[in-house]
Amino acid sequence: MKDRVKRAPAQARERARPSPKEAVAEPQASEAGTRLSVRAARPADIEAVTAIDAAATGLPKPAHWLELYQRQGASVAARVIFLVATPAEQSDRVLGFIVGEIRAWEFGSAPCGWVYALSVDPGARLRGVAETLLAAIAAEFRKAGMTKMRTMVARDDRLPMMFFRSEGMMAGPYIQLEKDLE
Amino acid sequence: MKLQVASQLAIYSVLELIAEPNRQLTVADIAEKYAVSTNHLAKVMNVLGRAGIVRSVRGVGGGFQFCGNARRTTLLDIIELFEPRASLALQASDLGGRTAEAGALGIVLQEIDDTIRTTLGCITLATLRDLAVRERSKSRAA
Ligand SMILES: CC(C)(COP(=O)(O)OP(=O)(O)OC[C@H]1O[C@@H](n2cnc3c(N)ncnc32)[C@H](O)[C@@H]1OP(=O)(O)O)[C@@H](O)C(=O)NCCC(=O)NCCS
Repeated sequence: MKDRVKRAPAQARERARPSPKEAVAEPQASEAGTRLSVRAARPADIEAVTAIDAAATGLPKPAHWLELYQRQGASVAARVIFLVATPAEQSDRVLGFIVGEIRAWEFGSAPCGWVYALSVDPGARLRGVAETLLAAIAAEFRKAGMTKMRTMVARDDRLPMMFFRSEGMMAGPYIQLEKDLE
Repeated sequence: MKLQVASQLAIYSVLELIAEPNRQLTVADIAEKYAVSTNHLAKVMNVLGRAGIVRSVRGVGGGFQFCGNARRTTLLDIIELFEPRASLALQASDLGGRTAEAGALGIVLQEIDDTIRTTLGCITLATLRDLAVRERSKSRAA
């Protein structure tokens, strides 16, 4: 089977320089031909974000997404970035979202960008939406001076694991440990 | 656990074939680069052929071509063609039987085993190819 052509040229991703509240990435052609835009989330997006997340997790958490939205810009130590992808011509139709956070000196590590949540509408998957969102948030992290981006994925969650691996992400130097509290 | 030579050769061969679109290479081409016998490599290619990952091309030049999906075939998919599930695991011997001590050691080995399987099961041939490209440019820059 033929390998697919990369959707977003590297230069296009490098060009993604957001203004704080509006378009974050210039529209890029996704594989299915729909041009995608990435912009900062708005309060009106929370309903769609909640539905997309609930489709993947089975658990609607509107208050959580709203709180994250409101935390943007509220803290210097943990700056939240909340972006959504839409068709370029339909900026109120959310296809997917990504939430990231710049965390400083957590677990003794130098400031870095964390991808905290990423989800794409099941009807819009495999068209480069997540890749476009990740490129956009990476540009935001770089703009804030970060040189490293991290995330955490459940070991048996193949879909995000394959996605992040395909984006060149490798195991980092930390191992997450846990214990039941009796 | 040690990766068997056949598994490694299979991974390298496929990486060679997917390095360029529609690339066609003979067993001798690949055997030379990795300094292995053509006989050994031919057996490996036959297994990959039966699994529908490569196909042999007749005619002038002959050789093999990749015919799978590099963005969906994982390293584990390739390795499992050559090594049954059990041989990938880090296994303690039966020493210790059903004692709590053997159970505790088993939990730790299982943790390591799960990590190995997850890693091999989510890295595709395309991801490894991209990694090889980055390694190559790193070593050129050095
Ligand atoms: C993981 C997820 C975000 C990927 O979104 P997406 O928009 O479909 O991903 P993209 O189209 O940008 O895919 C980019 C690459 O990721 C890999 N990938 C994505 N989905 C894959 C799948 N189902 N199987 C194998 N590889 C996959 C592929 O390499 C793909 O490139 P390719 O299609 O050219 O081969 C999406 O599947 C999702 O929302 N899953 C449920 C929620 C979730 O698990 N979120 C992450 C944890 S917070």
